[in-house]
Amino acid sequence: MFVSRVNAIRASRKVDINVLVPIKRCIDYAVKVRVSPDGKGVDNTVKHSMNPFDEIAVEEAIRLREKNKSLVDSITAITIGPQKAQDTLRTALAMGADKAIHVQAEHNVEPLQVAKTLKHFIDRDKFELVLMGKQAIDGDENATGQMLAGLLDCGQATFASSLKVADGKATVTREIDGGLETVEGNLPMIVTTDLRLNEPRYASLPNIMKAKKKPIENVKESDLPVDLKNRLETIKVTEPAQRTGGQKVDSVDELVEKLKQNALI
Amino acid sequence: MLARSLKQFSRSSRLSLQLRGYAANPDRNSQFARLSEQDLPSLASIFSSPDTSLLTTLGEKPTATSDDLEPFNVDWMGKYKGQSSIIVKPKTTEEVSKVLKWCNERKVAVVPQGGNTGLVGGSVPLHDEVVLSLSSMNSVRHFDPLSGYVSVDSGIVLENLDNFLAQKGHIVPLDLGAKGSCQIGGNVATNAGGLRMLRYGSLHGNVLGLEVVLPDGRIINGMKGLKKDNTGIDLKQLFIGSEGVLGVITGVTLSTPVRPSATNVAVFALPDYESVQSAFSSARRDLGEILSAFEFFDAASYKLVRSHGHAAERKTFEDGEDAPFFCLVETSGSNKDHDDEKLGAFLEQLMESGIVNDGVLAQDETQIGQLWSLREGIPEAAGKAGRVYKYDLSLPVEKMYSLVHEIRQKLSEKNLLAAEAEGGNGSGPVKTVFGFGHLGDGNLHINIVADAYKKEIEEVVEPYIYELVAKHNGSISAEHGLGLMKAPYVSYSQDSPSLDLMRTLKKTLDPNGILNPYKCVTAE
Repeated sequence: MFVSRVNAIRASRKVDINVLVPIKRCIDYAVKVRVSPDGKGVDNTVKHSMNPFDEIAVEEAIRLREKNKSLVDSITAITIGPQKAQDTLRTALAMGADKAIHVQAEHNVEPLQVAKTLKHFIDRDKFELVLMGKQAIDGDENATGQMLAGLLDCGQATFASSLKVADGKATVTREIDGGLETVEGNLPMIVTTDLRLNEPRYASLPNIMKAKKKPIENVKESDLPVDLKNRLETIKVTEPAQRTGGQKVDSVDELVEKLKQNALI
Repeated sequence: MLARSLKQFSRSSRLSLQLRGYAANPDRNSQFARLSEQDLPSLASIFSSPDTSLLTTLGEKPTATSDDLEPFNVDWMGKYKGQSSIIVKPKTTEEVSKVLKWCNERKVAVVPQGGNTGLVGGSVPLHDEVVLSLSSMNSVRHFDPLSGYVSVDSGIVLENLDNFLAQKGHIVPLDLGAKGSCQIGGNVATNAGGLRMLRYGSLHGNVLGLEVVLPDGRIINGMKGLKKDNTGIDLKQLFIGSEGVLGVITGVTLSTPVRPSATNVAVFALPDYESVQSAFSSARRDLGEILSAFEFFDAASYKLVRSHGHAAERKTFEDGEDAPFFCLVETSGSNKDHDDEKLGAFLEQLMESGIVNDGVLAQDETQIGQLWSLREGIPEAAGKAGRVYKYDLSLPVEKMYSLVHEIRQKLSEKNLLAAEAEGGNGSGPVKTVFGFGHLGDGNLHINIVADAYKKEIEEVVEPYIYELVAKHNGSISAEHGLGLMKAPYVSYSQDSPSLDLMRTLKKTLDPNGILNPYKCVTAE
């Protein structure tokens, strides 16, 4: 009886997966972004919060576990960023992640360095599924997930609008131009999340309190086998052209005339 | 900054109007002149651009259809409907002055109108009064960041003013659900309370100066931006909350605090009304100066708001969806770490002491907006569920909620409360009775949602509800004003020497009684 239970646990362990959710602290989605006075970046003194696509990734990891308790063994959130990025990790922990890794870096790290850093931790801790935002809303690069899959030589499914994981396989519905595409592949796999995958939950007070006791591993930039130095230099950041007000016309003829005047037709 | 713009006040032309024709509204005062086509040229000559400043259905060549005039004649709930055929939209204070002088000389009744978002029928005509809309006067005149005040035309929309100040790092010390439509002049004229009152106090403190046109056309220029000015009787206070019966506000100078850079919002589920009170006293003690709002709503309100709009999409709580009471707490400050620490300790204490069942804390600006919409979306959701009777009462906090039970019981006794409603038993026209409000200000909103405005409902509730309020030494109108709806019941909250004095003031400033007749201060 006892032996068979142990065997059952061992058998189930084989399909247990560890999920890694990389998250980024960005300027809050609802805050108006302004160019910094030197014209080489944006004003960073404003409110920051978790990249919304990453929030969706955290939520999806938690839902995977809620749907099937024995499927997900652990959910780890990881971020690369300044000391303040710990607040973002706490949010992920309050939503339901189990533990977190904080790689301290003061500058904005480029996608390839992020992907290499993630690979380092995946090699170290063995994650079968990486769930991450398709892009961060600050850089809009949409590159890290794809680069990570390349570095790991594993499958990738980007722009996920639905995700099923069973029997060592992930089935992902992707949002593509004009429709949906469903793909399936073996774990380990990188899945990047799109907006319609789910709606993230609020952080509840009991979970916020529990999150305070969950472990965050601190890693210094100098302890990494990866050089986080950027290869690109930002030369200039400019604001989009100001919208000019509309104009009322009294008749169709006047409208046509104005459009012709402005060489719009 | 907060993405809470409610579109609830956009008027739909599809709105089918079920008007309460039965209500004992005052008859037209025959002392007032009736305007005809012959009067129009002289009225039009007042305006620099009569085409846009004078809308009328009169004459052989009317400048508007009755559909064009409907937004000015009907309040946003569709509860009150006037018959005005002339709308004037002056562009300057001088034009307002000339219009009032013109009307006063001819004994023509006038209704000053801002965004027309009032809830007591104070901003629409009752009979054929001329509507004086301030909508075309909407500029910011002057902003002084160091002294912290702004001078504006009274027709500026509250949200536009707040957006203007947000760019400068300041804030309007007033916020309410109707901010996308209501105008600052109307806010001042009705002494609107709203959501920031707990933090910044009432307009009696925040209005530094007013420019007012008296019924005879005289302009009182009191647009000073001074915090201190003890030079005789403070006349501006007379017009704050006077509902347009003494003069027309054309300019407002408002104190503008520095905009808080850190905001947090939490919503809790609580097991009973006693816990709501405990949470409130803890919030005042533990959060101190960063507490900027403490709102509460009951299960019936929550059920309603969850059945409409954005809030319908998801559960708020893992373990509190069915609680009888909910509270929303907002903190605003200048240092996020400091605020987070205070709020964290407060929330921990609430959870540990069992005052709250469950709660959530917004993690970003979007969530702050979503949590606020649970509270701010209640009136909108009620409007979609049926015809709404709104009662806006001031009461001692501990007595506040018992009124909701008493009203439910009374309606239930008369078989008016449908079985689907909390405390309901029959198949009556009332779908739900719910309470919500600004706990921090002792302000309860009781709303009754019914299939239609019906005489038998009103007869059960009024004046019963006002008697209850008077018994508890409360006010029958905390922030909505008297308007047409509550003018007959004012004696429940004011003694007769006070009412006499109000009538004396009205008679002195407006001897012909042309300004906003039948409302607020009426003859005995």
